[in-house]
Amino acid sequence: MNFDFLSNPDYDILGAFWVTVQLTLLAAAGSMIWGTILAAMRVSPVPLMRGFGTAYVNIFRNTPLTLILIAMSVVLSNKLGLVLASKSSPTFIKDNNFRLAVLGLVIYTSTFVCESIRSGINTVPAGQAEAARAIGLRFSQVLWIVILPQALRSVVAPLASVLIALTKNTTVASAIGVAEASLLMSTMVENESDALLGVFSIFALGFVVLTLPTGLLLGWVANKATVKR
Amino acid sequence: MKLRKSAIALLSVVLLAQTLSACGKKDSKGNSLADKPNKLTVGIKFDQPGLGLKAPDGTFKGFDVDVAKYIAKELGVKEGDITFKESKSAERENLIEKGEVDYIVATYSITDVRKEKVAFAGPYFVAHQDLLVKSSNTKITGPESLTGNMKLCSVKGSTPAQKIKDKYSKAVQLQEYGTYSDCVDALLSGAVDAVTTDDVILAGYAAQHPGDLKVIGKGFSDEHYGVGLKKTDTKGKTAINAAITKMIGDGSWEAALQKNVGPSGYKIPAKPAVTE
Repeated sequence: MNFDFLSNPDYDILGAFWVTVQLTLLAAAGSMIWGTILAAMRVSPVPLMRGFGTAYVNIFRNTPLTLILIAMSVVLSNKLGLVLASKSSPTFIKDNNFRLAVLGLVIYTSTFVCESIRSGINTVPAGQAEAARAIGLRFSQVLWIVILPQALRSVVAPLASVLIALTKNTTVASAIGVAEASLLMSTMVENESDALLGVFSIFALGFVVLTLPTGLLLGWVANKATVKR
Repeated sequence: MKLRKSAIALLSVVLLAQTLSACGKKDSKGNSLADKPNKLTVGIKFDQPGLGLKAPDGTFKGFDVDVAKYIAKELGVKEGDITFKESKSAERENLIEKGEVDYIVATYSITDVRKEKVAFAGPYFVAHQDLLVKSSNTKITGPESLTGNMKLCSVKGSTPAQKIKDKYSKAVQLQEYGTYSDCVDALLSGAVDAVTTDDVILAGYAAQHPGDLKVIGKGFSDEHYGVGLKKTDTKGKTAINAAITKMIGDGSWEAALQKNVGPSGYKIPAKPAVTE
């Protein structure tokens, strides 16, 4: 295999993977927050909220991510005029695309976070909620103080899978021109057609380096955190 | 024990890599295209209006398609025996090396890097990188008029986009999408100021939106489109070169261009010299 391209200064491979990491971390934080809120809605006693949560999850979980991200750029930003960066900025396109991509990834990934957390809530024995209500806690208190802390501890492993999937899903952001790893890969595939296999291997390796430690670390955390029943 | 495990893992990775690279090498003797094949599989683009486009009814239209058919005719293959296969930019070298297609006519620019892997016949067309703008735009008159804060769109990873950044304006902001159609859409909605790639491709889109879009018409690079085929097939290359020369000579080249990209107002360029 030919790895000459590694010494070409035009290709900032580490920089591209850094964008991937940023996309992953920001989208993970956003999805965690929005996904928890969605899960709370889906178990809430208010029918309207339950209905919204169910509809949201079913719509966005079943829409291809590419479609969501392209819609972010083409429909939301270009047609409806939603911009997430200053239009006069010299890096407007770059910033706007990056933020739209984070938004799109949050919209999509939060559905999986929501469903993981909901399955965690189901592992908490009904007696816990009944006891909490018996001492006079409101629904929000039951959820935040009693149920969610136990639920979250039991869903670290499934959430780790969601995080790994998210890391790889960030490659879809190249469809709207976010300069992450897979966009650089397309550029290199175009220019280095004599070293395709080398290019693919480097990027595959990069993703393994990102996801493997995530899985191992969170697997260990899952073991430590789980509620022994 | 641990060491042995990782050694096994490493070994399997190496083996896998070798199997993969072997995939690319098999079938290197193959038959020459010049030896009267019975049927042909030809790689074209499926998504470029005017060049290679798959119509909803399953037929193929475009200049590349006409060139591919003409070559097949010269090689002694009937039109019904041609199978068209989509060859996306990133896959072209691999499709040829693995023998999944016999030759490729898909806006395939002849470059030295590509010649390491495949052979080219032709060129059958010389395109120039150009800019597509809204008809009402009077500010952009050529690549030099691109200034800071203007927004340019091209397909991700493509050479035209890289060229603008390198040669003309570092201040130009570049929007990259997966397809040119997304770029044209962004241009129509005003999100970008210009779309850049080869003029003949842009002409196809200008033809889809008559009155709204125009091609600037100041080409600023030469892209020699060639017919890609197996590197070892010298006889086939000669045969295809002869077919292209004949097509240019007997007027069908011009007729095919006129039919496919003429309606957009694209000026038919001078005939290329077959030099490969």
